[in-house]
Amino acid sequence: MAVALIMVLVAIGSVVFHWLSPWWWTPIASNWEYIDQTLIITFWITGIAFVAVVGFMAWCIFRYRHRPGQQAHYEPENKRLEVWLTVATALGVAAMLAPGLFVWSQFVSVPDDATEIEVVGKQWQWSYRLPGEDGKLGTSDVRLISDTNPLGLNPDDPNGRDDVVIEAGDLHLPVGRPVKVLLRAIDVLHDFYVPEFRAKMDMIPGSVTYFWFTPTRTGTFESLCAELCGVGHAVMRGRVVVQTEEEYQAWLQGQRTFAQLAAR
Amino acid sequence: MGDVAHTAGTAVPHDDIDGAELYHPHSWLTKYVFSQDAKVIGVQYALTAIAIGMVALVLSWLMRLQLGFPGTFDFIDPAAYYQFITMHGMIMVVYLLTALFLGGFGNYLIPLMLGARDMVFPYVNMLSYWIYLLAVLVLVASFFAPGGPTGAGWTLYPPQAILSGTPGGQDWGIILMLLSLCLFIIGFTMGGLNYTVTVLQARTRGMTLMRMPLTIWGIFTATVMALLAFPALFVGAVMMLLDRLLGTSFFMPALVEMGQQLSYGGGSPILFQHLFWFFGHPEVYIVALPAFGIVSDLIATHARRNIFGYRMMVWAIVIIGALSFIVWAHHMYVSGMHPWFGFFFATTTLIIAIPTAIKVYNWLLTLWRGNIHLNLPMLFALGFIVTFVNGGLTGLFLGNVVVDVPLSDTMFVVAHFHMVMGVAPVMVIYGALYHWYPKVTGRMLDDMMGKIHFWVTFLGAYLIFFPMHYLGLLGVPRRYHDIGQTSFVPDSAHTLNAFISVVALVVGAAQLLFLFNLFWSLRRGKEAGPNPWNATTLEWQTPETPPGHGNWGRELPVVYRWAYDYSVPGAARDFTPQNEPPPAAAP
Ligand code: HEM
Ligand SMILES: [Cu+2]
Ligand SMILES: [Cu+2]
Repeated sequence: MAVALIMVLVAIGSVVFHWLSPWWWTPIASNWEYIDQTLIITFWITGIAFVAVVGFMAWCIFRYRHRPGQQAHYEPENKRLEVWLTVATALGVAAMLAPGLFVWSQFVSVPDDATEIEVVGKQWQWSYRLPGEDGKLGTSDVRLISDTNPLGLNPDDPNGRDDVVIEAGDLHLPVGRPVKVLLRAIDVLHDFYVPEFRAKMDMIPGSVTYFWFTPTRTGTFESLCAELCGVGHAVMRGRVVVQTEEEYQAWLQGQRTFAQLAAR
Repeated sequence: MGDVAHTAGTAVPHDDIDGAELYHPHSWLTKYVFSQDAKVIGVQYALTAIAIGMVALVLSWLMRLQLGFPGTFDFIDPAAYYQFITMHGMIMVVYLLTALFLGGFGNYLIPLMLGARDMVFPYVNMLSYWIYLLAVLVLVASFFAPGGPTGAGWTLYPPQAILSGTPGGQDWGIILMLLSLCLFIIGFTMGGLNYTVTVLQARTRGMTLMRMPLTIWGIFTATVMALLAFPALFVGAVMMLLDRLLGTSFFMPALVEMGQQLSYGGGSPILFQHLFWFFGHPEVYIVALPAFGIVSDLIATHARRNIFGYRMMVWAIVIIGALSFIVWAHHMYVSGMHPWFGFFFATTTLIIAIPTAIKVYNWLLTLWRGNIHLNLPMLFALGFIVTFVNGGLTGLFLGNVVVDVPLSDTMFVVAHFHMVMGVAPVMVIYGALYHWYPKVTGRMLDDMMGKIHFWVTFLGAYLIFFPMHYLGLLGVPRRYHDIGQTSFVPDSAHTLNAFISVVALVVGAAQLLFLFNLFWSLRRGKEAGPNPWNATTLEWQTPETPPGHGNWGRELPVVYRWAYDYSVPGAARDFTPQNEPPPAAAP
């Protein structure tokens, strides 16, 4: 009796907690509300399954608990029931997988008009690079890294000379324009993560990884590192400032290019 | 029905065995220490695993103290915190759960449940334990080595694992960890080959594969998987050792560390991740499948009802085992691997949910129309169902690639895997210990202490890990010793962290009560008799309790039926042991 009741309370308690929880995702600031919607679908399907399973279990505990004279029913298998349950499960799974894969295909298809920018991770700080007038980022190589060239840009690449380099400052982005964020690490794995954007991706020394998104509201957002990268992992913070186009351009004017930095 | 079966077969002649066939111990030392008896080895494995598991438990308290009350405990600096999570995670997964399920329960139960006298290679079996013990000692040694244990996280990702920004990276920590893992794998391989050959070759007369209890199916499949999966980790560990000690660059690209150009170049960090997870994902099921098998037997026995859909259950175990080798990269959705892999791995991952769900249904359908005795093994089995279903369902979030993107590397993941591969298998381990302790020692564990242990552990663990999902949803990353001032984290989240920590300490205390019970009942427990649960499987039918060396006295048992003849209509008792001849064949 008590056991069945407690199991029911566990199921009900979980659902009540879900609805009343003050801890929920941060208000979204990117185009990925599709991800949030897929998550909601998943919550519904799995929530129903959880309550059904625990509820049925509690009912069995109550109804078939041992009492004098009680005898269990001998029934090795029941094909129809098993097939029926399998099909129902497969449908539930498909209902989550289909939207999931659909949204993933968008997540991995970068729009042609996305601006390429770069985020570089090193222990334990973020640096950024924005394309200059030409709209292109120059090439880079870890072997070129030195005190005066902290991101290892190739000095012989004309595309790179007008790149804007931001070390230890905030990343600024114009609202409403898709960006392809190229990710590079110069020492160990890191992961550029801004909860409000929903997207994240590891950065791997020796490779360039990426994700894309469109900032949809202005504001200042905190970025964290989401891949254990050594003792400073938890303090590897940064800020992303999403601005209107005019504010962004005004800010951009004040930044220094690679050529200017190198001429120091 | 073919050869399966729950129907009783025809009689089979008895099998005699020479006394000389077994190696008999001659001294106390060869009987209890350097023993070749699988039962003793099983107990040795179990005690060692529990002892090292206690270390992991204490580490979890320290971590929770730090997370709940950051800044209060000076000695837990970030480096120490990372060392704690690494050792806690690795010990729990490998040195506790894997060793306890396969080395502990595997050794004790395989020969007994199959009607064999021992494992087929007793000497190798003994070596397997001693190498495991050595692996544990090497691991423990890293706590005392200069620089302390590694703090690379239990995933040991390079390049950071062997660089100086990570605790133990340039000291002894990572070297000892990798060596210990290699030793563990060598020891496991010796045991694993033994379990496999014993299941295939040493079953008694009448014990067809499709009459084996699901416990054995679970342990057997997990062992085969482990034999296939551990080599990937072994190779990865050796390659990383070479990178660390000899300066090779298997996993090391050109990189600049703290302003210094290092001489590494050309290697691939992602390669290690593939090797690690090719082991790491099957590892989850190496822990889960024995738990699935054992819990099936606990439920059937204590609900006095045949396991529902036995053949489906066997096939589900085998299919899950096979599929689990093609889902590994779902741990790497945001690792930077080619994004198209996401489509494949999300699909395979969600497909696994189907056989897994079938297993859950069949457990429920076994309870349905049963005669449920709410004793301790049954309570833990019920606790397992709740936590496993909960953790399994959140797996559908993380497996569905795009939903994983915001959640990966957050506390949601920590909550998910603790529920599904931490709490759930531990529930089964406890259920199993309450269930088989009477066979191992001849006495029952104390019921009152057991009930307290169950309720505190089950409800406590749920209170720890259920709300934790919502911290992850909020965006709190995992492996942060202190979330500190973060714009999107409200004060209430700190309160929740403190609450979780308090509950974790209470749950920890309940485990100490269990340990006490384990020793107390050795002397004071109620006498159990040979078959206290009225179970059908062979281990309960031994001539002596605890079973002697060779298990069966002069004659091996003969099996006439499947393991689940509970409450057969018309039978005199509500259970019919596997070795009870059908009425017609009885002499
Ligand atoms: C009540 C018992 C337990 C508590 C309170 C606990 C607590 C914790 C905490 C606080 C962390 C670190 C989270 C973070 O900062 O990322 C952690 C990590 C972990 N735990 Fe547990 N844990 C418990 C039991 C278990 C069990 C039974 C397992 C067995 C599977 C387990 C496996 C792990 C693993 C694999 C990690 C990840 C380590 C890493 O990030 O490298 N834990 N646990
Ligand atoms: Cu980082
Ligand atoms: Cu980090």
